Amino acid sequence: MTNTQTQRPTPNAKLIIRNLNFYYGKFRALHGINLEIPDKGVTAFIGPSGCGKSTLLRTMNRMFELYPDQRAEGEILLDQENLLTSKQDVALIRARIGMVFQMPTPFPMSIFDNIAFGVKLFENLSRIEMEERVEWALKKAALWEEVKDKLTQSGASLSGGQQQRLCIARVIAIKPELLLLDEPCSALDPISTARIEELIAELKKDYTVVIVTHNMQQAARVSDYTAYMYLGNLVEFGATEQIFFKPAKRETEDYITGRFG
Amino acid sequence: MNIDQQKLARFMWRKRINQGSLLLSVGAMIFGVFWLAWILWETIHLGFSGFSVSLFTETTPAPNEPLGTGGLINAMWGSLLMVGMATFIGAPVGILSGIYLAEYKPDGKLAVTIRFINDLLLSAPSIIIGLFIYTLLVVRFRQFSGWAGAAALTLIVIPVVIRTTENMLQLVPARLREAAYALGTPKWKVILRITLTASRAGVLTGILLAVARIAGETAPLIFTALNNQFWKAGLSGPTANLPVTILQYAMSPYQNWQHLAWAGVLMITLAVLGLNILARVLSRTKR
Ligand SMILES: Nc1ncnc2c1ncn2[C@@H]1O[C@H](COP(=O)(O)OP(=O)(O)OP(=O)(O)O)[C@@H](O)[C@H]1O
Ligand SMILES: [Mg+2]
Repeated sequence: MTNTQTQRPTPNAKLIIRNLNFYYGKFRALHGINLEIPDKGVTAFIGPSGCGKSTLLRTMNRMFELYPDQRAEGEILLDQENLLTSKQDVALIRARIGMVFQMPTPFPMSIFDNIAFGVKLFENLSRIEMEERVEWALKKAALWEEVKDKLTQSGASLSGGQQQRLCIARVIAIKPELLLLDEPCSALDPISTARIEELIAELKKDYTVVIVTHNMQQAARVSDYTAYMYLGNLVEFGATEQIFFKPAKRETEDYITGRFG
Repeated sequence: MNIDQQKLARFMWRKRINQGSLLLSVGAMIFGVFWLAWILWETIHLGFSGFSVSLFTETTPAPNEPLGTGGLINAMWGSLLMVGMATFIGAPVGILSGIYLAEYKPDGKLAVTIRFINDLLLSAPSIIIGLFIYTLLVVRFRQFSGWAGAAALTLIVIPVVIRTTENMLQLVPARLREAAYALGTPKWKVILRITLTASRAGVLTGILLAVARIAGETAPLIFTALNNQFWKAGLSGPTANLPVTILQYAMSPYQNWQHLAWAGVLMITLAVLGLNILARVLSRTKR
């Protein structure tokens, strides 16, 4: 199988995954994934439902450890440090890797506190510094204009699209090095989707972004690199133009052109 | 044509079944509500006949004193103290245990055992809890006391609060928890600031319902607090309380006692009604 050899499109990698296997109890959901995610840029994961995209993302921030029957083996190196065996506190690791989920998850508190909550975990800011940080994050997430007059209202009072941008702002506010987005636009209307895509384009200047999407046009629009997964295997990984226009594998081409299955 | 007629016949048949079941369920509802309304009417009617200002200013009277003298202040105060004490101790214990069951080791041996015992406690007749505290505290210290009464009520509060807290925490979607962990939040903070906050209305409702439940409990108090016809500020020694007073007075042949018993029933009913309404309001607005 080709996926046993590391596929590297670029020399400076932010995250290196080596021989990663993942198990839900006895069920093996990932088969020997090898992958290097380039620094500063957008990497998209595409593939049919159930192929393991979310599983791979949840391995990167060790979210799976919340569930005792889930387990990962292999290496995930973030700046040369293996996250899976790191002695560092898992909370510190997670703070370096932001994650946005498919469904918006506002915390049961005000819009302001939704963002301040994560910042307070690791930084001791003055009131004014905190206000500046919240405004900065909300502006980055293209939400500031809509909420600046109601920061004390509950986060749940926003629309679905606004809530999702709130969740993105919340993650940006703690300035993670790596941003994982698991189908962040699947519950959004086209306008909110466009906003978030603009935001991703903006973010990739400073951050490494990983996005899972079922929308081929979206993957083509926002990403610099694309990985195609199928049944727990990484089938092909490369620059987005190459994957979309000159895929090396027949399966990739079939999936992208819609001849899949 | 034929098919259309068949369809029409099937439709009419379904419609008739629908009407029939509607009739049955409305009938069942009216049957239940009828008795409830009757009980409520009797309570209000008879309760108000025993109502007077002295109810809140005087202690329980001797038999055969004139109507309108004597009150329930000692019984109300005793009940308030015992219910307050039981909630004050039982609610935190219940909430913490509920958190353990829902958030820490939900499938562990300890959790499974606790859940099983809790279910037993939840469905145990309250008289058994009264007897238990009787042998544990009353017999040992050779004295009935309000403290023993409060202890018995605490044992009733705890399982109710454990159950509601656990259920309410389980209702919090896993993705909310994961989103908090993903920011690097430590576990205790996730529980305190996210899951418990998200389910606070439900947890509070559980406490209120537990209070409503013990407000009228009689059996555990007969064995523990007993009763007392005099005013007393604390919980040491036999302590007056509404349920046992109602029991005694309602079964007595004296008219003034019977009137007071109904007034006491009305007080408890109103208190429980108030708590239920409060619980409703809380769980509606905080969603
Ligand atoms: N909690 C779980 N327990 C057991 N198996 C799971 C669990 N979550 C996912 N799986 C299995 O792991 C495989 C990969 O699932 P995953 O959620 O990673 O897919 P996905 O690529 O994200 O799919 P989708 O595009 O539908 O989100 C699937 O076969 C799925 O059934
Ligand atoms: Mg998924």
